Amino acid sequence: MTRAADRAKARPPWALIPLAVLAVAFLVVPFLALLQRTPWTGLSELIGRPVVVEALRLSLLSSLAATGAALVLGIPLAWLLARVRFPGRSVVRAMVLLPMVLPPVVGGAALLFAFGRRGLLGEPVYEQTGLLLPFSTAGVIVANTFVAMPFLIITVEAGLRSMDRRYEDAAATLGASQWAVFRRITVPMVAPSIVAGAVLCWARALGEFGATVTFAGNLQGRTQTMPLAVFLALESGDRQAAIALSLLLIVVSLAVMVPMRDRWLSL
Amino acid sequence: MRLKLALIVATAVLLAGCSDTGGGTGSATPTGADSAGATPGGTLTVFAAASPTDAFQQLGDQFEAAHPGAKVEFNFAASSALREQIIGGAPADVFASANESNMTQVVDAGLATGPAPFVTNVLQIAVPPDNPAQVAGLSDFAKSDLLIGLCAEEVPCGEFGRESLDKAGVTPSIDTNEPDVRSLLTKVENGDLDAGIVYHTDVLAAGDAVKGINIPDDQNVVATYPIAALSGSAHADLASQFVEFVRSPTGQQVLESFGFQPA
Repeated sequence: MTRAADRAKARPPWALIPLAVLAVAFLVVPFLALLQRTPWTGLSELIGRPVVVEALRLSLLSSLAATGAALVLGIPLAWLLARVRFPGRSVVRAMVLLPMVLPPVVGGAALLFAFGRRGLLGEPVYEQTGLLLPFSTAGVIVANTFVAMPFLIITVEAGLRSMDRRYEDAAATLGASQWAVFRRITVPMVAPSIVAGAVLCWARALGEFGATVTFAGNLQGRTQTMPLAVFLALESGDRQAAIALSLLLIVVSLAVMVPMRDRWLSL
Repeated sequence: MRLKLALIVATAVLLAGCSDTGGGTGSATPTGADSAGATPGGTLTVFAAASPTDAFQQLGDQFEAAHPGAKVEFNFAASSALREQIIGGAPADVFASANESNMTQVVDAGLATGPAPFVTNVLQIAVPPDNPAQVAGLSDFAKSDLLIGLCAEEVPCGEFGRESLDKAGVTPSIDTNEPDVRSLLTKVENGDLDAGIVYHTDVLAAGDAVKGINIPDDQNVVATYPIAALSGSAHADLASQFVEFVRSPTGQQVLESFGFQPA
């Protein structure tokens, strides 16, 4: 702890500083430009519109649900990828990360081919039960999970690979079952990675546009999330509303990420 | 070694960029000399709505053949996106919009004068080839057990589609408001939607992938597409010649062969 504190006070290598400043400027200037264009006077009216309130509610609901789904499915998969040697592991890892490189619209189309009314799995399910994912809030959550879960998986997998495994070994030696080791040692030790992965996953889901609109469509109150509302406001030429909505989305993400950063992510 | 290669590539890219700007300024400065010639050369950048893409490509080829030294480049996108790009300062010479309001906003921004209609388009109902829900007309759009899609009201095809339903006295039971006509058409093609309202030309272009159902004239809406040479153009003469060509009998014939109707 003290050594870490000493290290933080140590002189940084000066050559890094101009580049770091450039990086900050590059990332922050577009937001400043957005702020500069923000219609401050009409802001509360724009943000209070029913279409905005409903889009924000749906965005929060679907991004949180997607994060929950990613945690439940993603942590076991990350553990498997980090700890178990099995044939084709690198192929599985590449496939799992595919949604990160795929254009989201393509991801959305692939989801339709799988879960749409005439999709690989969608068709039999629809014929048996009449249930349909596209054009429903559940469809938005599925699209968000598909696009955002890889962020959680790689973060948690990296955490599992870099953790000190001697604690697990010690617990096992002392007679703890494998499940107890996972629950009492592994998960608490990679908790920072889990939180970081969950935040990344949530942020990606919150901003999701392409896969959502392609798979789930766009209907106010059912599938229209904030990014869709922003896009359509811009389409209609209502730039002020588009900027106001973007600002709201930014404020919501900062409100979650700034406290997180201090509490969990400073390793 | 790799670094060296990267440097060579970077230098080449930079040089290409430079020569490009050099050419641009070069042709922009002697505009007077340019307009003195009968057929001015240069590269014409046309910002055109996505729906007449194929027709415009053919028009571009014909225009190039008739104007030696001239080259036509296209930027096809949703009219609203093009409008944003033009107002944002994109170097365009001609704007062809799929509706009047996007053109009006460009004119109001002082970037174009005297837009003229160059083509019209009517609406049609698109259904999957096997028409699983047996859609016969606009009245089916009120059925809540069907999967119905429209374009969002923020884009032209959504505005016109709603106008048409209004005329038919139908309150639609909408499942999705698609951000553009292409994505609506794709969902109908895949059978994810039972019906949607698109342009007649879209149904034609889709071939066997969708089936079109006519909307009676008294319930249909005629969309008028305006075109204008942009005020900031560095090739003003060539730009207005292109606009004239599109509106000429030859140009109209090309557009009609793609299902558009004369303006």
